[in-house]
Amino acid sequence: MQLLAFIIFSSSLCADEPYDALLDSMTDKNFVTVERLKQDELQEFCSQPRTASVDEARAAELRAAALSDVPIPSGENYLGDWQLGEKVASNGRGLQYSDDPEQENGGNCYACHQLDPSEVAYGNLGPSLSGYGARGQSIVMLQYTWTKLWNTHAYNICSHMPRFGAAGILTEQQLRDVMAFLFDPNSPVNRSQP
Amino acid sequence: MNNGFISGIFAVFIGLWSATLLSDTEGVFDQYRDLLGDDNPAIFVIFDGEEIWYTPAGPKSVSLEQCDLGLGPGVVEGAYAQLPRYFADVDRVQDVEARLEYCMTQLQGLTPDEVHEKPYSLRGDLGTELEALVAWIADQSSGLAIAPGQAHAKERATYALGENLFYYRAGPHDFSCATCHEQTGRRIRLQALPNLTTHQGAAEAYSSWPAYRISQGIVRTMGWRMRDCMRQQRMPELMMGSQASVALQTYLAVNGAGASMTAPGLKR
Ligand code: HEC
Ligand code: HEC
Repeated sequence: MQLLAFIIFSSSLCADEPYDALLDSMTDKNFVTVERLKQDELQEFCSQPRTASVDEARAAELRAAALSDVPIPSGENYLGDWQLGEKVASNGRGLQYSDDPEQENGGNCYACHQLDPSEVAYGNLGPSLSGYGARGQSIVMLQYTWTKLWNTHAYNICSHMPRFGAAGILTEQQLRDVMAFLFDPNSPVNRSQP
Repeated sequence: MNNGFISGIFAVFIGLWSATLLSDTEGVFDQYRDLLGDDNPAIFVIFDGEEIWYTPAGPKSVSLEQCDLGLGPGVVEGAYAQLPRYFADVDRVQDVEARLEYCMTQLQGLTPDEVHEKPYSLRGDLGTELEALVAWIADQSSGLAIAPGQAHAKERATYALGENLFYYRAGPHDFSCATCHEQTGRRIRLQALPNLTTHQGAAEAYSSWPAYRISQGIVRTMGWRMRDCMRQQRMPELMMGSQASVALQTYLAVNGAGASMTAPGLKR
């Protein structure tokens, strides 16, 4: 009897799987299709409520997979043009069905981070990055930051930051420019620090 | 309520708005809200909604007067506060929008396609009939406690689905609702983000929708809010009255249950 109740209960849960519900509830719009509703293994792993217990072994596996896929930028050249990077950081457009797919995507860093301290319209889902360049330009810092931007889960599994490189949101060149915006001593990120 | 007075303030506000920098927008919004006091331009939309409810329409040329929003045919007062809820006639949980679709198709003879053609306004529109109806129906629950159904097994399953959807990460940015709405005191750029996993955060948000959006000059429904956050999440278009829309709203309504409805709210 109990077993029967269990089977009925769990099968009714299956019918309500979020993916099926979403597929049933959404339609393609402009260039955005319901293909996007499918999760990759990382997204699936990271969709549990914060309170759920974490499978540490699986987390380590996914972290390692993320790390092993991060490419080294061509010519080991990590830093581009900070002025272009500033534009990428401020641009919040890209990949919404209301956006123009012909335009390049933004990084939307200001949505979640403080960067140039004179810009007041910054969000705080992530930590302040003002004065980031003070950490220096050692190869360790460059690689850490590049990896963080390429696939944040390599260091912090289930981070809420997008995988700018791995998910193809930004190009390698855009990432190099954003890196320069973070590191260049002349970038406003690193000016006027107390 | 003085129509001329409100539109006068509104014109001043739009002037201030366009003359200020983004960083000042919230401050100007607060000033505008103070000027309005208890007046909300949604009042005109509410009047429209009431009229639409009583006007015969559709191929069958009947009004919505016999529509059952959960408290019996024609009972509007207090109905919104108890949605989403289970309806035996369709054997599923519905929010106000799904229910209106049901009534428009069953009573008035409209096709689902006709109802879905344009449920929500585009920017610059004057508002849709659905928006006006929802504004009026919600206003008829003003001051009442949020009390969505949770007695029926399907109502509880809908809440569970809503919670799962809230944490469901997908799309190129890996966002879920939780990315932006599971912490307190956060904001995106300058826009404050409610923590919808807490009673207080969900209550404040849920109780204030549908809402008059000052920047758009129209009343928006909670269903539209779900659709627009899905857009920001880089998802495809969420359909009005769909299973996912109802489940997300159920999650918010249950988390906020007990608080008083204040809709139609006033939003930036
Ligand atoms: C949706 C929010 C979000 C967006 C958009 C975002 N980040 Fe982040 N970022 C975070 C969060 C949350 C953290 C902290 C948690 C973590 O490290 O994963 C973080 C961490 C970081 C760190 C590591 C900070 C440290 O002290 O080590 C860097 C560097 C960073 N982000 C850069 C960027 C850049 C550059 C962009 C734009 C291209 C960006 N972020 C866009 C949310 C975001
Ligand atoms: C990328 C960030 C982001 C994501 C993801 C997101 N939202 Fe939002 N949400 C916002 C912002 C920003 C606002 C405030 C909008 C404004 O002020 O114009 C908001 C507003 C809301 C509100 C209204 C709050 C109020 O008090 O008026 C609700 C409810 C809501 N979101 C629910 C959701 C749900 C449910 C999801 C998942 C389907 C979701 N959001 C996903 C950013 C997000």
